[in-house]
Amino acid sequence: MLRFIARRILETIPVLFIIVTATFFMIRFVPGGPFTAEKVVTPEILRNLEAHYGLNKPLWHQYLDYLGSLLHGDFGPSFKYPNRTVNEIIADKLPTSLELGLLSLGVALGLGLTAGVLAAVKRNTWLDYAASGLAMTGICVPTFVMGPVLVLLFAIKFGWFNASGWYSPIDCVLPSLTLGFVYAAYIARLTRGGMLEVLNQDYIRTARAKGASEIRVIFRHALRGGLLPVVSFLGPAIAGILTGSFVIETIFQIPGLGREFVNSAFNRDYTLVLGTVLLYAVFVIALNLVVDVVQVWLNPKLRFE
Amino acid sequence: METERAPFCRPASVFKYPLLLLTVTLLFAGCGRHPAEPAAGTATPKKILNFGNGTEPQDIDPQTVTGIPEWNIIMALFEGLVSYDPHDLHPVPGVAKSWDISADGLVYTFHLREDAKWSDGIPVTAQDFLLSYKRMLTPALASEYAYMIFNYVAGAKDYYDGKLKDFSQVGIKAPDERTLQLTLLNPTPYLLKAMCHMAWFPVPVSTLAKFGGLDKKGTRWTHPENFVGNGPFRLTEWRPNQKLVVERSPTYWDHANVKLDEIDFYPVESADTEERMFRTGQLDITSELPSHKIPFYKRDHPELLHLDPFLGLYFYRCNVQRPPLDNAKVRRALALAIDRESLIKNVVQGDEQPAYAVSYPGTAGYSPQARLTGTVDDARRLLAEAGYPDGHGFPPLELFYNTSEGHRAIAEAIQQMWKKNLNIDVSLRNEEWKVYLDAQLTGNYQLARAGWIADYVDPNAFLDLWETGNANNQTNWGSADYDRLLAASRATRTEEERYAIYQKMDAILADELPIIPIYYYTRVHLMNPKIKGLWPTLLDIHPWQYIDIER
Repeated sequence: MLRFIARRILETIPVLFIIVTATFFMIRFVPGGPFTAEKVVTPEILRNLEAHYGLNKPLWHQYLDYLGSLLHGDFGPSFKYPNRTVNEIIADKLPTSLELGLLSLGVALGLGLTAGVLAAVKRNTWLDYAASGLAMTGICVPTFVMGPVLVLLFAIKFGWFNASGWYSPIDCVLPSLTLGFVYAAYIARLTRGGMLEVLNQDYIRTARAKGASEIRVIFRHALRGGLLPVVSFLGPAIAGILTGSFVIETIFQIPGLGREFVNSAFNRDYTLVLGTVLLYAVFVIALNLVVDVVQVWLNPKLRFE
Repeated sequence: METERAPFCRPASVFKYPLLLLTVTLLFAGCGRHPAEPAAGTATPKKILNFGNGTEPQDIDPQTVTGIPEWNIIMALFEGLVSYDPHDLHPVPGVAKSWDISADGLVYTFHLREDAKWSDGIPVTAQDFLLSYKRMLTPALASEYAYMIFNYVAGAKDYYDGKLKDFSQVGIKAPDERTLQLTLLNPTPYLLKAMCHMAWFPVPVSTLAKFGGLDKKGTRWTHPENFVGNGPFRLTEWRPNQKLVVERSPTYWDHANVKLDEIDFYPVESADTEERMFRTGQLDITSELPSHKIPFYKRDHPELLHLDPFLGLYFYRCNVQRPPLDNAKVRRALALAIDRESLIKNVVQGDEQPAYAVSYPGTAGYSPQARLTGTVDDARRLLAEAGYPDGHGFPPLELFYNTSEGHRAIAEAIQQMWKKNLNIDVSLRNEEWKVYLDAQLTGNYQLARAGWIADYVDPNAFLDLWETGNANNQTNWGSADYDRLLAASRATRTEEERYAIYQKMDAILADELPIIPIYYYTRVHLMNPKIKGLWPTLLDIHPWQYIDIER
């Protein structure tokens, strides 16, 4: 198993290299630059700005410079925010995104697994229909509708929460519900499907025949297999949820990484684009690795190879 | 005339699933914990203004930033030689308590007040201003507003370009601690107005020296633990993308007359989020309001809604090198076939003023006499004269704008007006902001939506950019007459003389129409009625020291 993990980690190096290279050149070939503004910067000032950030060097030179600083763990200065480095921005924003992500994940797993298992066990009863209907709603209603509706109801109408912001623990509630609910919906559907398939298997019948209680059959025998589709969904989903959500962060005014990720591209903040893309790539790769390991552990039919 | 209403999709889609959403949200109601009791009423006597400030400030170094949100914050933290009057923004004494202007209008001598101090207690001296302006003119700093100084001060451009090495040759002198003297290239009658701008603010030289020196960009001196300013407020907290907090500065020379204890600047990018924060009382002032909410506030809460005139022009830029817009008659026909009143009433909805000329009427006592006049019949006749009777044979024309619901609605309405009045088909294209800016810069467009917001209250702010080859012109239009008039206006000594020249320049623009003026902006925002001392101003600038909150 260790060899498997070590090999996978080694494999990520060329992947990350390709991602950095592709992103570096793609963002450079997009029209407009970090200093393109509605009020045009005069040519002599533009020249000085470019010299300050090293943009006057040939592109290949800038690329090598960037790779060199990456090797030292330095993502470079931000173009948009001159008094902060990309490292500082990520260090500042990532914890917020992680906090929101973990809370949402809690909501998603708690709601999703419960609804999915219940729906599968009580198949074709009103409980199943209610859970499936709710899940369908969660998938259909976009977060930019759900978020404002929750705010209108609980912040403006009832006055229980702030409309937005990230100032006290209570401010986490509405955003994590909004973000978590979408994922809960997917998890519920996947859990229900996985459980239904497993509950028809012979070994479940065997377990029941041996007189195991229904609770034991479900949690001890069925859930492990029923969760397989959920686990493969969770890998990329967790990467997305942890690195921040642009929409949720904008609606609720949350200082997370998702806004930086999207806005950096609009601002042509080259270094911040690269830094956030790289971070996201590392998250996706790492979580996919975790998913693979967990799947082998859950499914006896799989082996590390 | 009928115009097409903008299909605002977002609010409409909310109403698609009202019952489902209600069910969902009610189910969730159980999960929410009750928050701690909010501090009801005014438990603390502090006067705090919660200000919606648009976007996150890039930095708060007055010499390296350009945006309005930055300007708002910097006006609280710094003070220049002259400041704005809170009613009409005319220059009033700031750090300089008085000034003399030489008879030829070329030499300005400022007398600094003795009690002006930095927030670390050090006095603000003429040397601070001199070194700050020197910093502004240092190429290594690459300040985007360096031209605000080198366009006016003698020798400054040469120093910036490296042709002049000796800064003592530049027209900025500090003969003693309390006197600063500026020598200009031309008598610039609007110099004091321009000097209210943050480009002319001083920076704390001794603090900068501790953080990498004067000519370094983006050092840590603007972090809250290091920051030093000379304005009515001082920085206490800066949490990026959350809020920036300033409190009344005890070292400010006029601190006794500063009314607010604290200002919290909230960088809220989404106008919808701002509006919701206003409704829960998290914000006292929003930076904007989504246009689809204007009718609601007009009807139900006019006391909260403010539609203030704003010194900006919304226009369509013509690339005069590309047919059919190379023909002035076509440009004129297009300009005349727009029903601006109807557009404002039905689409833009912010009580904007229709624009029939380039300069803003009533800018520092100047109103353009030139006026785009003519009926739709005149427009049809002009189009026929240009060779396209009833739109026959009209070449393909593309209207280009940056991706935004509002610009699209306006473009669609105007497209419809041109179809109806001139029987021509104009196609629409939109691109993301920087792609759109780049296309105009490189002349890669036919007709493009654009806007221009003045930096200072003077008609020159709308007129000098149409000089041949000005980087902001971008129309490929140029006129030798126009350039000559502009040069002449810079040498004038009196305002009457200068404004008379501007009238001729406005007449040329209204005749040749390199741009098609559409409307003058308004600033649309919500404000808590308890806020006092905040008057509508043409630049939407409100000196903070005059603002108060009624208890």
